[in-house]
Amino acid sequence: MKVLMFGWEFPPHISGGLGTACAGLTHALDKENVEVLFVVPKLHGGEKAVHASFIDASHIPILQQKPTAPLNTRNPDPGIQKSLKEGKSAKPKGNIQRIEVSSLLSPYTSVLSDARTAYGLESWNYFFDTFDERTIPGRRSHSPNVNGDTFEYVKEAYTFSGTYGPNLLEEVQRYAQTAREIAAENIFDVIHAHDWMTFLAGVQAKKISGKPLIVHVHATEIDRSGKQVNPQIFAIEKQGMMLADKVVTVSNWTKNIAVKYYAIDPDKIEVVHNGINPKPNFDTDALPPPLGSHIVTFLGRITHQKGPMYFVEAARRVLEKFPDAHFVVAGSGDQLPLMIERIAALRLSDHFHFTGFLKGVDIDRVWSISNVYVMPSVSEPFGIAPLEAIQAGVPVIISRQAGVSEVMPHAIKVDFWNSEALAEAICNLLRFKSLTNTLKKNSAEEIKSITWDKAAKKLTTLYYELTKKQEKPEKSDLLLSGSSAKKAAHPALF
Amino acid sequence: MANHCYLPTNALLLKLIRKNPAIKIAFSISGILIDQLEEYAPEVLDSFRTLAQTGSVDFLTETYYHSLACLIPGKEFDFQIRKHQERIEKLFGVRSNVFRNTELIYSDHIGQRISDLGFKGVLSDGIDRIIGHDNPHHVFEHPEADLKLLLRNYRLSDDIAFRFSQKQSPLTANQYMTWLNDIPVDQNVITLALDYETFGEHHKKETGIFTFLENLLTALARKKDYRFLTPSEAVEILPEHKTLSVPSFISWADEERDLSAWLGNEMQRDAFDSLLKLETDIKSLHNKSLLNTWRSLQTSDHFYYMSTKKGNDGGVHFYFSPYPSPYEAFINYMNVLTDFSLQINISKSANRIGQNLTTRVATEKKAAVVI
Repeated sequence: MKVLMFGWEFPPHISGGLGTACAGLTHALDKENVEVLFVVPKLHGGEKAVHASFIDASHIPILQQKPTAPLNTRNPDPGIQKSLKEGKSAKPKGNIQRIEVSSLLSPYTSVLSDARTAYGLESWNYFFDTFDERTIPGRRSHSPNVNGDTFEYVKEAYTFSGTYGPNLLEEVQRYAQTAREIAAENIFDVIHAHDWMTFLAGVQAKKISGKPLIVHVHATEIDRSGKQVNPQIFAIEKQGMMLADKVVTVSNWTKNIAVKYYAIDPDKIEVVHNGINPKPNFDTDALPPPLGSHIVTFLGRITHQKGPMYFVEAARRVLEKFPDAHFVVAGSGDQLPLMIERIAALRLSDHFHFTGFLKGVDIDRVWSISNVYVMPSVSEPFGIAPLEAIQAGVPVIISRQAGVSEVMPHAIKVDFWNSEALAEAICNLLRFKSLTNTLKKNSAEEIKSITWDKAAKKLTTLYYELTKKQEKPEKSDLLLSGSSAKKAAHPALF
Repeated sequence: MANHCYLPTNALLLKLIRKNPAIKIAFSISGILIDQLEEYAPEVLDSFRTLAQTGSVDFLTETYYHSLACLIPGKEFDFQIRKHQERIEKLFGVRSNVFRNTELIYSDHIGQRISDLGFKGVLSDGIDRIIGHDNPHHVFEHPEADLKLLLRNYRLSDDIAFRFSQKQSPLTANQYMTWLNDIPVDQNVITLALDYETFGEHHKKETGIFTFLENLLTALARKKDYRFLTPSEAVEILPEHKTLSVPSFISWADEERDLSAWLGNEMQRDAFDSLLKLETDIKSLHNKSLLNTWRSLQTSDHFYYMSTKKGNDGGVHFYFSPYPSPYEAFINYMNVLTDFSLQINISKSANRIGQNLTTRVATEKKAAVVI
């Protein structure tokens, strides 16, 4: 079984959970004897997938409209040709091959919303930024041919940024173009595309190869943007889900969104919960908590989706009962100014501590001083942070609107909007050591069963089901009504 | 800053004073800056000392920490003024009877307190809403206290400080002299007060700012109808024009010229209140080092950086701020304050002195010059 997998990021170059999930899945799939050919917009170097081969899309020549250039620059650089070959033959270690596609996609916040706050604070936080100068939009000419300028079509590699920058939508289109080339030149059984940035690529690969397509929904535009949905992204998501042979969602919560907002047939959707990599040696030799023993932590992007304002309202109520409580806010995002202003208006600033965006050891240190972790997400497809908190021995309170709650019977759950209940839950954990201990013990036990292996097993079954379907003789199509009827309803992919 | 501004400007002033002993200058140097100069650039202090020895230079008194202490109930304001006065006297052998508050913040109430401390005069800003149709070219009087007010001519001051190189060709001393000459003779005092960093920092050497300063002072020294006075001399010699009432706070900052540059938004007020909440604890500890840190956290600049004003004023705040945004200024300040309050708690409970707190706070302070 060989899977052509389209991703957008891969550890260590990640800006969110998507890269982590892709790494977890590909590694676990290897154990199921599934070979993965992993395509990324751009290889940053240092990506380590023991069992994947990577394809760097930035080395795939695609047809591009260019202003007519002097002869000597017209021919693609032989270096590009060379690296193309190298890119394709990236030595497979184990079962995964990685393909890099040139990419311009960057954290979507900036493309989508005009609601960028002043000062660019959404990226305040020592954020990992890999903006490549070569991909600055101004450098490339895409102006329509209105001034009588001469254009020609040149087949050359497109340099992707592979981030979620201002050209995200353009990169998504380019990525899809490279997918056609990749699909034509590689052999595989199934196509698997992760999140909307790669959906068009998956669709194109299917069109060229005729192989079945799985789109994997880790997050939807509905979760990210609430009511201010970006119509272009929504359309891409919907197109991907409609044209896919199977839609995988990371939770029932997301499945319901796919059904409700994207009108996807529930029978076409399979829920595959995320896993978490075990982390046995949690380092807790940090200093004793300097702020006392009533520390409540919010860790995540400070965006509408994560419900930071509900955290503030709950904090206000908690402080009425625990005047010495402190609230650590680890993360950054476009609602940071709003959050700060609200806290200042409530005169609670000396109880709040903003760390900015954290990684690695710094996150461990936050866990080591936290008494409660709260994730009041408004809409969360899955949400890995509560599991990480549990691994670190921190009891968690999560909103019912988070997919992860489906796999966590031993967490306290409240509705995100109910700040009173949230405050009550926090107070109970601060007050009753026994409750904290029980939660920690039970959830540490249950977390052992939330694994990527489980997810990979489910996916492998899916792969075989889909390929089996394909192997059926051509004429039987006439007899089928279900999925092929739907396929027929969308004959043209673009 | 020392190399771009303080040292070259001081050298120039010394040269000019030696050539024309009639030239007089007043400086207002915060204690925070003096501390930093002592540690990092003692040669600057030496050059100020040399200027002091000419007898042509006055050193005004201000709050030691360039603080908003005038807004703190109790004796904190008085303490910081005394501390500054003593430091200046020890350093330069000068004890001025004129006070200038942080960023020229002033009100009748502040005037009364200054007078009670023995000052004869105060420097503030000649802003339109307090002088109305009058002009700032007189010595005014406090409505009750025995205190004289020198009002800065902000237009003429800003012509140098802000607008020196705004036009295509920079301002010339000749042009400036024609503006001064236009002022009727019965208006008997012109007070110019600017950031000292105007010379060589806000306007770099290449703009010709030093030539301008030299030409202007030389021209004024040569003209018989002009005379230099230090603020101390001005309040002694000149007759008072009339009383001036300033019921609510004024300052020289932003278009509002009130306290909104430092306490205009919720973050600024919360940060300031959080700082004040520590006062009782900190003072009960009798720990000099902690107390000094608490006072350093009062420096007005910390709050200035947290301003969320837009437009021209926002631009000026941003120019001075070391932070990319007011929110980061706020977060950093609050984090420092939290670390600091933990220190206080440790000292309080364990009754032992914490090691020196490393503040992450930028404490570079301005000097101001009064010509």
